[in-house]
Amino acid sequence: MDQITFSGQLLQYVITGVTIGSVYAMVAIGFNIIYNVTEIINLAQGEFVMMGGLVMVSLHVGAGLPLIVAFAGTLLIVTMAGVLLDRLAIRPIKRPSVLTLIIATIAASIVLKGGAMLIWGKDPYDLPAFSGRTPILLGGASIQPQYLWVIGFLLITAAGLTFFFNKTIIGKAMNACADNPDAARLVGINVQHMVLLSFALSAAIGAVAGLTMTPIALMEYDRGAMLAVKGFGAAILGGLGSFSGAILGGLILGLIESLGAGLLSSGYKDAYALIVLLALLFFRPSGILGNVVAAKQKRF
Amino acid sequence: MTPKTDIRPLLQVEALVMAFGGVTALMDVHFDVPQGIIKAVIGPNGAGKTTLFNIITGVLTPSEGQVRFDRQVISRLKPYQIAALGISRTFQTVELFDNLTVLENIMVGRHMHSRSLFMACGLRLPAIRRQERQLKTEAQMILEFIGLGAKGDVMADNLPLGERKILEIGRALATEPRLICLDEPAAGLNETETEAAAQLIQAIKKRGITVLLVEHDMNVIMNISDEIMVLNYGEKIAEGTPSQIQCHPKVVEAYLGDSECLT
Amino acid sequence: MLKIRKMPMTLAAMAVVVFPLLMAQLPAIKHYTGIMVFAGIYCLITIGLSLLMGYAGQISLGHAAFFGIGAYTSGILTTQFGLNPWLCMVLGALLAAVVAVAVGAPSLKLKGHYLAMATLAFGIIINIIFREEVEWTGGPDGMINIPRLQLFGWRINTTTEFYYLVWAMVAGAFIFTANLLQSPAGRALRAIHTTEAASSAMGIHVAHYKIVVFVYSAALASLAGSLYAHYMNFINPSTFDLFFSIKLLIMIALGGMHSIWGAIVGTVLIAFLSLEWLHFFEDFEILVYGAILLVVTIFLPEGLVGLPHMVLNRLRR
Repeated sequence: MDQITFSGQLLQYVITGVTIGSVYAMVAIGFNIIYNVTEIINLAQGEFVMMGGLVMVSLHVGAGLPLIVAFAGTLLIVTMAGVLLDRLAIRPIKRPSVLTLIIATIAASIVLKGGAMLIWGKDPYDLPAFSGRTPILLGGASIQPQYLWVIGFLLITAAGLTFFFNKTIIGKAMNACADNPDAARLVGINVQHMVLLSFALSAAIGAVAGLTMTPIALMEYDRGAMLAVKGFGAAILGGLGSFSGAILGGLILGLIESLGAGLLSSGYKDAYALIVLLALLFFRPSGILGNVVAAKQKRF
Repeated sequence: MTPKTDIRPLLQVEALVMAFGGVTALMDVHFDVPQGIIKAVIGPNGAGKTTLFNIITGVLTPSEGQVRFDRQVISRLKPYQIAALGISRTFQTVELFDNLTVLENIMVGRHMHSRSLFMACGLRLPAIRRQERQLKTEAQMILEFIGLGAKGDVMADNLPLGERKILEIGRALATEPRLICLDEPAAGLNETETEAAAQLIQAIKKRGITVLLVEHDMNVIMNISDEIMVLNYGEKIAEGTPSQIQCHPKVVEAYLGDSECLT
Repeated sequence: MLKIRKMPMTLAAMAVVVFPLLMAQLPAIKHYTGIMVFAGIYCLITIGLSLLMGYAGQISLGHAAFFGIGAYTSGILTTQFGLNPWLCMVLGALLAAVVAVAVGAPSLKLKGHYLAMATLAFGIIINIIFREEVEWTGGPDGMINIPRLQLFGWRINTTTEFYYLVWAMVAGAFIFTANLLQSPAGRALRAIHTTEAASSAMGIHVAHYKIVVFVYSAALASLAGSLYAHYMNFINPSTFDLFFSIKLLIMIALGGMHSIWGAIVGTVLIAFLSLEWLHFFEDFEILVYGAILLVVTIFLPEGLVGLPHMVLNRLRR
């Protein structure tokens, strides 16, 4: 028998926290991409994650496609869902106000959730880990290889987005929309296309989060809302709109949740992140990295 | 005629500075508004006139300096507190309550002078009922004064622009202000409407209400104001009576770029 | 537009009075009276919520929590402390009001999305508390044996009796709210909804009004929760979850956000949908709700009560 030491246990919580925090960070990045271009908070963001997990299960386990093919297929399908969300729920609104946009994304999230329940039922699904489930032992903690996949995909996503927004023309055009849509329109950027692209991109990142977390945490149809709220918490924590903030916010939130559940009470596991979110909204809505003036100058 | 120095200034603006990030919208602006006069603030676009209004009415907090109303410093108060002291305003962009009728718009203007306790209103206590009748009568009187007596039941967003501007002035009057700030009351109006607005402003002065006016229409300004202050790029460049301002070289330069008198 | 005319009020009141008598004659649908009890309980919540959303322009995704606070206050205080149910109802509403001030005061200063998320998080936290504080709440299994109500020694036993109690309270809340809308306080609310800048220039303390409405809607939701607990005699946390908050939103959006009539129409419809008509194909239920909400948001921004007006406008063109 291994001796379970306190420091080993603590390390275990930290590693779990960083892993789950990476998922929140990816959700937060998804929020930020859409928010930066449209100033919409997409409350259906968590449903992309849920879909990512379940579609992957169907393609990889159900249809028996190889991992890499199933991965690509999942990204494609969930991205389509993101595109449809913009085309069917957001764009048709004639007089968009904050209230109607919130309601529209809620409606979309219910449709996606209901659809998922019809297709996959109410049971949770498992997915084989990408590279087996032999834990790596480190200082009294055991690390699932899948943890590294999750953290790795966060890093890849972050690097990819940094490149995309700073070096490619399309990425720069999206940034321009974020700064000033009217000016962007004047210089010939099709803002509607950029909005569509932001939904597609954000759906794809949600899918990555979903399909990498499923081997660790399973996936079922009604997980979206909680993931969305926590991801939003991470986005707020890091300052809405900031990508590096989203990563930091996600990791902090994951750590709080994992340490809180381990050291305080596991029943309140889901509450810790939300209490942090509420406290932040009340006392420092601009986040720990953002600044107040910028938050106030946003249109909504 | 009484010399100006005897009249106690109602509004005193002292060393006002307003900076947005790196842009300075107002630079060390001083001026007084004596009680009972019509004072106009003029200046080219971007001179800082609306910023000045927003500071006086509490929408913005100045970076430096202060505003006194009846000697009390008001520049750190919230808009609703400043309204309660007796400063009312209109907006350059006409901010009416479009989902309310014309009469109801005026009634909202009476808000500070009516009891609005949540419980009493919900239970529709006799006192509230009486008050409601009285509010309607008072509001109707204001509508008659501004010449919209027949339009009480029209929805505010169905009025033409000229009447919307007039209604906004009426709504400001309903608060029983001691100082009323009018942000471009004649902008976008045709000649007849402009004339009506100018007459209304003079009628307001006759009621003993001090008027602070931002306006572009020089005819209106020169005809009705007692004093004029000129802003250019956030700085006060001149102040005086209309005739003094008309030929003030700096003013003429700011407006026309050469040295004839403004007409 | 906002005249609460006498005529529809009288007709509605008559329909409410006659409904159980009529149902008693129709054996096939006589359980509709029971559904209307739930509809009435939900109406109490949505009347307050429609004031908050339609008039003050604020969104709450956490009202299930206030509903739950009422239900659990009544449940705990009657079963564990033997207090008078009516007293518990008042205490529950007071507690909900206090919580609403604590949550509302900071978050109503936030705009739009932030408030939505703050109330959403608040609702989930409260639901977790209901599940975890097993000693008080019975945890996920809930609590039983919540007593029936008595009114002046008369025990409210049958569904029909409860129906009249609930709808009398709905009528009270409706009239209170309608009165409010035609008073300085209500006009101030409608003014705030159009332009906050001009409202505060008229001396209206905008933040104060938003909080008052939030508190009012929370207290009404709590009352509804107490009634629910006494009617069911049993409560568990899943009644007060996030999905119920969203259902409330659907009720208001369907009926029409800018009218308290809309709240009633939408609520009764959704109550029948969820308890009767959609009952048979449970798995489609969520999907149908989502579709309703989406269609209403896109095609019927004024809800069902705005439909006649919309159709007339179309015909005129």
